[in-house]
Amino acid sequence: MWETFLGLYNYWIVILLMMAGFYIVMSRHNLVKKLIGLNIFQSAVFLFYISVGKVKGATAPIVEPGISSYSNPLPHVLILTAIVVGVATVSLGLALVVRLKEAYGTIEEDEINEMDAAD
Amino acid sequence: MITVTNLALLAFMAITAWAIARTRNLFVATMLAGIYSLLTATVFVLLDAVDVAFTEAAVGAGITTVLFLGALLLTDRQAKPHKNRLGHRLGTYGSMLLVALLGAALVYTTLDPLMPHFGDPGAPAQGRLAPEFLADSVRQVGREKPTATHIPNVVTTTLASYRGFDTLGEVVVIFTAGVGVLMLLGGGAVRRRPGPRKGKETTGGESTSGESKSGGAGA
Amino acid sequence: MIEHVVLRVIAKLLAPFIVLFALYVQFHGDFGPGGGFQAGVIFASAFILFALIYGVENARQIAPPAVAQAGIGLGVLLYAGTGVAGMLLGGRYLDYSVLAHDAGHGQHYGILIIEFGVGVTVAAVMITVFFTFAGRRGVLEAREDTGVPHDGDDER
Repeated sequence: MWETFLGLYNYWIVILLMMAGFYIVMSRHNLVKKLIGLNIFQSAVFLFYISVGKVKGATAPIVEPGISSYSNPLPHVLILTAIVVGVATVSLGLALVVRLKEAYGTIEEDEINEMDAAD
Repeated sequence: MITVTNLALLAFMAITAWAIARTRNLFVATMLAGIYSLLTATVFVLLDAVDVAFTEAAVGAGITTVLFLGALLLTDRQAKPHKNRLGHRLGTYGSMLLVALLGAALVYTTLDPLMPHFGDPGAPAQGRLAPEFLADSVRQVGREKPTATHIPNVVTTTLASYRGFDTLGEVVVIFTAGVGVLMLLGGGAVRRRPGPRKGKETTGGESTSGESKSGGAGA
Repeated sequence: MIEHVVLRVIAKLLAPFIVLFALYVQFHGDFGPGGGFQAGVIFASAFILFALIYGVENARQIAPPAVAQAGIGLGVLLYAGTGVAGMLLGGRYLDYSVLAHDAGHGQHYGILIIEFGVGVTVAAVMITVFFTFAGRRGVLEAREDTGVPHDGDDER
């Protein structure tokens, strides 16, 4: 039982964070808030990848004489690039939000929908 | 010890995420998102991903926060409460239910006996490629020539050499995002609708200026 | 925020060191944690700090938008060009082993050049994005002052 908990608690918390991000994306109507939720979701995925790459008792994958056990460098590479791509896409999303604000005068999704429906 | 620290940090992250969901002040939400990023970076250090932690600290806690603040300056500081109370309730409880179901399903999946435990050296993810890269690097470093021929940081070699094509793609994505932001905000056309500032009723039709959707967006 | 003496002095003092640290991270990425992605962001943050304290207009003078925008493309070109150079020297695309007299050195040079390309692109994108967001209000005001021709592109 305890064994199972120690082996899986990391995944469970990752799932919790992922769901928190998903919840923000779904239930909040403010577009900036949605982007923050998307960010949380994203870093939960990052955390999951890094958790998978962790090897017990190993060290960071920088080769040193006298050390034989390293964590998996492959997820690190994937996530390192994904983080920077993430900020680039978030900036694109923010630019879209700014344009929406200029066009509609609001960043609330329901108000934008209302205006579109009124047209 | 590491387990305790890890649990504490992850608990902090969960609390921060909850606070972000609760607050209506976007400035507060942005700052909390920065804290969340920094906590993520700390967890990355615990999980041996030093390069990733470095990136997350610089990008997530630094640049992202600044960009969000810049966007807040151009939009609103405060998220408005919903107009439609019933719809809001339905949306909130509906998404809560959905998220709870999805989360429960995911947790149930991790209980599968085939799911490798956290830190298991025999997990399928540790097979195949990564050991080859590591062994290759160890062999090169093991040559013990103090010249510049060996590169100890396996993350760098994997990023730039073994998976160089992948990274090229990522750089192109960043390039595209940068160009996209320039096209969206760098001085294209402005088409203003009669927003709430002039009056609540949106009669539509009289968009003040040219409908011509920015041919000259490429600043 | 230019009226705060402490911020003004400290920002000016810190900016060169942030740039120096970025260069260290950039070129030391093969021995320790670091590399082009992180270095680019840190490099950009020096300019963003300067812009936050001294205003975007002053920051534009030390990092002209044209230079920053050219950097976006140059980094990608440097990356892709290294691959082409490898092909011209008889290897495969993005195979650095042929870049120098032996494979080890070639790999090292290749990785350094690639990482530099990544760093240039990331730094340029971050600086450009920040300047675009920060300068948006100015663009709009200029539009509104001139009045009618909203779709005229006076920024060009």
